[in-house]
Formats: sequence, structure tokens, C-alpha cells
Amino acid sequence: MMMAGGTLDLATQLRRAERRRKQRAVALTLPLLAFLVVFFLVPLASLLVRAVENPEVADALPRTGQALAGWDRNSPPDPAAYAAVIADLSAIEDTAQAGVLARRLNSEVPGGRSLVMNTYRILHPDEEEAADAEGEGEGEAQPDIRSLTPEQVRTRLIETDPRWEELPYWQAIAKNSSRWTPDYLLAAVDLRRTPQGDIVKVPADEAAFSDILGRTFQMSAVVTFFCLLLAYPLAYWLSTLPERKANVLLILVLLPFWTSVLVRIAAWIVLLQNNGLVNRFLMWIGLTDTPIPLLFNRVGVIIAMVHILLPFAILPLYSVMKSVPPNYLRAAISLGSAPFSAFVRVYLPQTYPGVAAGGLLVFITSIGYYVTPALLGGAGDQMLSYYVAQYTNVEVNWGMACALGGVLLTATLVLYSIYRKVSKAELSLG
Amino acid sequence: MKLKPVLIAVAALMALPAMAQNLTVVNFGGANGAAQKKAYFEPFEKAGGAKIVPVEYNGEQAKIKAMVEAKKVTWDVVEVESPDLSRGCDEGLFEKLDWKKIGNKADFQKAAVHACGVGTFVWSTVMAYDGDKLKKAPTTWADFWDVKKYPGKRGMRKGARYNLEFALMADGVKPADVYKVLATKDGAERAFKKLTELKPNIQWWEAGAQPPQFLVAGDVVMTTAYNGRIDAAQREGKNLKITWTGGIYDLDYWVMPKGTPNKDAALKFIAAASSANAQAEYAKNISYGPTNTKALGKLDAKVLGQLPTSAANSKSALQFGIGFWADQGEALEKRFSAWAAQ
Repeated sequence: MMMAGGTLDLATQLRRAERRRKQRAVALTLPLLAFLVVFFLVPLASLLVRAVENPEVADALPRTGQALAGWDRNSPPDPAAYAAVIADLSAIEDTAQAGVLARRLNSEVPGGRSLVMNTYRILHPDEEEAADAEGEGEGEAQPDIRSLTPEQVRTRLIETDPRWEELPYWQAIAKNSSRWTPDYLLAAVDLRRTPQGDIVKVPADEAAFSDILGRTFQMSAVVTFFCLLLAYPLAYWLSTLPERKANVLLILVLLPFWTSVLVRIAAWIVLLQNNGLVNRFLMWIGLTDTPIPLLFNRVGVIIAMVHILLPFAILPLYSVMKSVPPNYLRAAISLGSAPFSAFVRVYLPQTYPGVAAGGLLVFITSIGYYVTPALLGGAGDQMLSYYVAQYTNVEVNWGMACALGGVLLTATLVLYSIYRKVSKAELSLG
Repeated sequence: MKLKPVLIAVAALMALPAMAQNLTVVNFGGANGAAQKKAYFEPFEKAGGAKIVPVEYNGEQAKIKAMVEAKKVTWDVVEVESPDLSRGCDEGLFEKLDWKKIGNKADFQKAAVHACGVGTFVWSTVMAYDGDKLKKAPTTWADFWDVKKYPGKRGMRKGARYNLEFALMADGVKPADVYKVLATKDGAERAFKKLTELKPNIQWWEAGAQPPQFLVAGDVVMTTAYNGRIDAAQREGKNLKITWTGGIYDLDYWVMPKGTPNKDAALKFIAAASSANAQAEYAKNISYGPTNTKALGKLDAKVLGQLPTSAANSKSALQFGIGFWADQGEALEKRFSAWAAQ
């Protein structure tokens, strides 16, 4: 009896100890997990939600949305819809809500902003202006628009702003009366919904984003290629040096890495401008008579980005090359292989993990580049992040900014998964 | 009994932050920020108003929007550009101003009076060139487009704003008709077509400091630029020149983000910075025009001749179409991005 009780005790104790160890391990990683959830997953999720959220019209114009529910979106809308617009706009108490509605409609149909705000102001005259008007006396006061029949409201509204007769504004209201919309995401890939709900391509002179997305990936690929091309021999040379020398040289690699990106961009402007060092040197050696434009175009952006991202390629390559035993190469050569083919067939495959890690690191970092192209590139060299910033800060159209961010995120994840399939090898980004 | 002075000292220390109030004033920095510091911030501090904490930004309204939405407003007074003023006012990002505490509305230019903001200066986007390098001065936007007569690159701001107006003027549209034409489908088409003509010769700029630097470095022969930046370069001894014909002038405004905890002090600052004396001092430091018309009388002819508001300089100028760009801006900027990619 005693013995059995003892084993039971031991088992429980063991389980308890095990549980405690697990709890401790979880407790140790908990801060990191919490950090990831709060600062990465939650913002990412809210970004994706913002990309499809569409509450502005539904919140501000609920009656109009209902009145337009059965509308065929081609014939002139029913007078009841006009009355509903007046009722909805009168019911808005906070100017801010009208402003938000105006912005939403304006990003659908240019002009929607002034249409909504003008009508809103007629319905909510400023106290001061109203006082002024009273002072002048109410010569021929028109009856309050809210007391008219729908037909009269329609006539009156079109009198005050003839644009109320135009279909695109009504179509925009009808289309955006639901709380969720695929429109931002569609626009981010140059598609749009017709008023009838079919998905079509946007006209060529408005199609910008597929070009920009393609350009973003193309420029990142070029930067990655040149980074690897420059980093590979350098990392190889570093890995053959004695430790102490290699460390000194690694500091030289890291030094620019620690310098502010803006400072390095400014330095490139000084170097690459028309009478800068590079052009003067090229003219001095007689390679060219007139300065070559190296700045504010694609060339300048690529040069600066390669320079800024080079350490991201060198460091993983170096750490992998350091772990490749030199004996293999020597063995191959002593067994009769030519040095070059020994390098290609024996050494190179062993550094693939470094090439992959460095390449991926450079590629993924450059996809999100913003400052360098903004300052060194022309209007046609901006990457997707530039437009995310433009929609966030200048247009204040956060739905569009989030949709572009979502497209970039998805495209990157798809590329990464393809990469994983192709490379098969488990990848460490260390 | 020795405790008492200590207690008083502690109490005084605790009361100190309340007395020496901090006021965060946000502007665009650079030469303009320096002029504001001299004309507005320092006198206001000396008069015992509040300690000014200057912050620089780049016009990002997203920051104000985020602050107001989170109800954690740390900016008290912000300088904003005109499109952001009307849009932000409509969307409830700014406090409505009590004009009685600011001054007499009649003393100000009409465009400077707004429910949410006070115009603080008039600036202009103009054509600029290096007087040492161009023997014959370009006088019109048609000259700016004429790469045979003036070979070389042109600096232009990356974006649709201003450039479409300039393109139409170069194509022969009168300044008064520019926005009427641009509002039509054919007009926008015409502007982009004209811009395409110049495309291979355009060097794009992003920040206001770049155009004078382009000119000095000899990268471009002409550029569009903010007139105050050219003025700052002239003050450094560079022979840069401005062609005022067909310039686009606009106002910057002071606003208070909605929910600022220092509303009273902020209003006092705006009132002080909008006084005739302060604005005249500002115009002496940078050639942006005062909005308080009484400030003009306090300036000599030399300073006046450099301002976008002077009669000679504003003769053929165009006022920036705030309403037009508020409606059409997003669509035109997107079209510009598509155009740039072609």
C-alpha cells in the first residue's frame, strides 16, 4: 500500500515539475508573444479590416441607402431618394460626419466632396451667417425644404446644385451603402465595380497600381541581384582571412550600416549630381563628354539602395562561408578537379543557404523602401510604399492606403511561399 | 519651523509646470521655421505668453487625424496648407476659432479669414533660374516649355498639383481660365499632353529645399520653386532669379487641432502671430507676404518688391484653386501616377 502511494506521489511530483517548467518557459516567452500580438498582429489585422471597411455612407445616409435599394442604377433615381438625402443630411449633427461622408464620396466620384458639403451647409447654416441673413431681412423666404413633397425636394435640390441630377453621384451612394466593400482592394489592382456590380478593368490612363507593383518587385529584384553579385566575392575574401583581419574589415562593412540612411542618401546626391565626383571622374578619363544623368532616375535609386542594403547580403553569406570547411575544396582539387570547376561544384552549393538568406533579406527589405526612391528617384521610380504614404498623409484615404498595404503583404507572402517550395531547404535568416 | 520655507519651495516647484506653460507649435521648419521663431516664438515667450516647443512636420494630416481620433492631442497650434484647412475643418479635425479674440476680420485678406484657421502668410510657386547661367531671362511658361531656346533640364514638383496649371498656361490658357479648363475632361487631357512634351526634360523634386540646390548645382536650367526658398538662397549670395508671371499663390494657415488642452494659450499665440507688427517682422526675415494688410505699411519698398503679394508680382498670378483640388485632387494625382509610369 505504502509503496503504491509513494509511486503515485512521485508521478504527481514529476508531472508537477514538468508543468512548472512548461509554465516557466511560457512565462519567459510571454513578453515577446504579447509584444508580437500587440504591435504586429493586431495592427496587421486592423489594417486588413480597414481595407474592406466602408461605414461612411451607411452611417451618414441610412435612409437614402434604403430608398435606393431597389433602384436599377441606370434610370433617374426616385424622388423619394432625394427626400431621403435631405432627411439624412439634416439629421447629421456633427460636421465631422458630413466631412467624412464627403471625403468618401469624393474618392469615388471627383466633386462628391463639394456636392455633399454645399448641400449640408444649406441645411445647417452657420449661426453667424444666419444672424447676418436675418439682419438683411428675409425678403422672399423660401419654405423649408424639409416640409416639401419628394417631387418638390427633387426640383429644389437640382436648382441649388445641378449635379444632383447626375447619375454617378447617386450610383456612388447606392454602391457604398453596404458596410463592407471590395472597392479599395479592387482599385489597388486596377479593377473597379460598375454600378451594376460587374468587375471590370479601369481605363488605361487611370491604371497605375499594377505598374507600380510590378516596378516595386522589379527594382527589388535588380537590387537583390547586384547586392549578391557584390557581396559574394567580398564575403568569400573575408572568410579566407584570419579572424582578426576579418573582424576589422567587417567593421568597415558595418560602419555605413550604422550611419543614418538620410545621411547616406545626401552623400549619394553629392557624389552623383551632374558636376559631382563620379561624373567629373568619368569626364576626366574621357568616357563621356557631357555628364551622365545618374540622379533622380532609376539608376540613382538602384545605386543607393544597393549600397544601403549590401550589409544584409554580406553578413549571412559570410557566416555561412565561415562554416564551410576549406578541406573540401582542397580535396576536390587534389583529386584532379580544375580549381574553377571545384569551386562551382563543391564550394558554391555549400554556400546556397547564405545566398538564399542574404537574397531574401535584401529583397524583402527593399520591397518596403520609401525614403530612398522618394529622394533619389523621379516620378516614375516610386515604389508602392510611396503611394501608401501618399494615401495616408496627403489624400487621407486610409482605406486605399490599407488596401495597397494588403496587396503588398499578400504579394510578398505568395512570393515567399513560392520561394520555400522551390528552395525546399529550411531557411534560417541568421 | 524650519519646515515652512521648504514646504513653500516644494509647493512653488509643483506649481511651476502650471505657470510656465508649454505650447507646442508645429510648422514646416527650414527657412520659414527660422523666420517664425524670430518673429513669432521669441517675442511671444518674452511677453510671458508660454514657452513655445517648436515641432517640425511635413504636412502629414494623418498625424492630426490620429491624435484627434485617439483624443490625445499633443499639438496645440499647427501650420497647415490651404487644401488641408478646408478638408480638416469639414471633417472636424480643427477647433472653430473665436475671431473676436484674434482681431478685426476686416484687417485681413479675404482668403485669410476662415472658420477654423487664420491665414498666416502668402507664398507662391514660381519659375526660378540661375541669373549667372541664363543670359536671356525666361518670362512665360511657354519659355519654360521651350527646350530649343533654353536647352537643359527643368525641375518640377513630383505630383499633379501646380504642374497641370503651369502646363495649361504654357499651352496658352489665360491664368483666369486655368481652373475652368482643367475641370473639363478635355482640359485635363490637354494639360497631361502638354506635360508629356516636357517629360524627358523634367527632373522631379520632392522637398522644397531641392529646387534651389538643383539650380546651384547646375542640374537644371529652370525649375518651379517656392519663392521663399529662392529668397533664402539669394540671402546666401546666390544669384537665383524669379519669374513671377503665372505664379500660383496660396496661403498657409494656423489651426488648433480639436481637443487641444491649451486652447486659450493657443488662441493667444495665434492672435499675437497675426498682429501687424509680428507679421511685418516675419516678412523681413523671409519673403512671404503678410495676410494682415496693416503689416504692409510697416515694410519698405525693397522688402515689398520681393513679396508675392506686391502689385507687380501678383499682376498675372493665379490663386491656387483650393475647391478645385479638394474635389479633383485624388483623381488627378492618381492619373499623374499612371502618367508617370508610361
